[in-house]
Amino acid sequence: MEVCGTHTVAISKNGLRSLLPPNIRLFSGPGCPVCVTPQAEIDASIELAKRPKTIITTFGDMIRVPGTRTSLEKEKAEGSDVRVVYSPLDCLDIAKKEPEKEIVFIGVGFETTSPAIAATVLKAKEEKAHNFSVIPAFKLIPPALQALTGAKDVRVDGFILPGHVSTIIGADAYGFLEIPGVIAGFEAEDILEAIRMIAKLIGARNRPPVQIQYKSVVKPEGNPAALKVLYEVFEPSDSNWRGIGTIKGSGLVFRDKYRDFDALKKFDVKMRSAKEPAGCSCGSILKGVKTPPECKLFGKKCTPEYPVGPCMVSSEGACSAYYKYGNN
Amino acid sequence: MCLAIPGKVESISGDSSEVNFSGLKRTVSLKLLPGVKTGDYVLVHAGFAIQTVDKHAAKKTLKLFKGL
Repeated sequence: MEVCGTHTVAISKNGLRSLLPPNIRLFSGPGCPVCVTPQAEIDASIELAKRPKTIITTFGDMIRVPGTRTSLEKEKAEGSDVRVVYSPLDCLDIAKKEPEKEIVFIGVGFETTSPAIAATVLKAKEEKAHNFSVIPAFKLIPPALQALTGAKDVRVDGFILPGHVSTIIGADAYGFLEIPGVIAGFEAEDILEAIRMIAKLIGARNRPPVQIQYKSVVKPEGNPAALKVLYEVFEPSDSNWRGIGTIKGSGLVFRDKYRDFDALKKFDVKMRSAKEPAGCSCGSILKGVKTPPECKLFGKKCTPEYPVGPCMVSSEGACSAYYKYGNN
Repeated sequence: MCLAIPGKVESISGDSSEVNFSGLKRTVSLKLLPGVKTGDYVLVHAGFAIQTVDKHAAKKTLKLFKGL
């Protein structure tokens, strides 16, 4: 299973599935942050966009994700102020320029992204940017992998582990894995080499828990400075993943010291239970139980132009990659 | 979303730096990667340097980007 959405795209784009022997099958995992964000959190973000004098800031992928009734893109068309930013630091520039408005950043992402948001919160505190806050919808990869390997309906023999998440958390963070895992780079040959390494590790005696193929940037200890910043601002908490359910310690919440930057508390946002779109198989696809073409909506009712579920919206979603490049 | 690209650090001022991505220059925060020196190659995500990169690997990736 490839865990990272960027790997999913590289595999599809390079047609790597078609090059593999029949005894090796690749499944996409929960590696697209937008895709694993549950409907209730997307609805809550959209609700905040309707507040007066509020600017919602986000990375590009979130803007088209359909909530239960609407999306950020539709709310923007209706007059809400929704802006796509390149860096979370851009939000602080907006906060300075428009002090009469509240700037709310949608904090979606894995360990690659969350330290950058944490560093932005530290800067906001230093600069007394009281009109900046974050919806903490972050997810942590290791607890999700632990949950997946323990799930009865998931059959995975090895993980192609995420390259850039691992630059932060390091190879040592996967020490709990009971099946082989290889941290891979993003070129086609990197991924093929990782698959070869996993195949050699399956059934091997005295195998190391994890190997690094992406040696140019991944170290056993990761990036301790980034982890220090991350855990200065946030602490782990239980978190709900679309299709998988609640996983212990797999999300991040603000530590008390920084709670003034928590948009959910600041604006008293209540998470309402929300149903997943009818017929959408995103949940099973994120666990590798189904492939996108096995969803009855795929390519018919659900296309990148009119997406039903988030796996078709995000450019790194498995459905989007299969639709764009085919099942090879 | 976890896309990150390598670039060369051209100048440093406090915890901020100017990074060159094959000709395109951007301000990049070094808050998550202290100890970087001018001339180092760094991996950049969302405006932050997140790891130093082996020079040969960085040059190879930047060459690929140039080919796009």
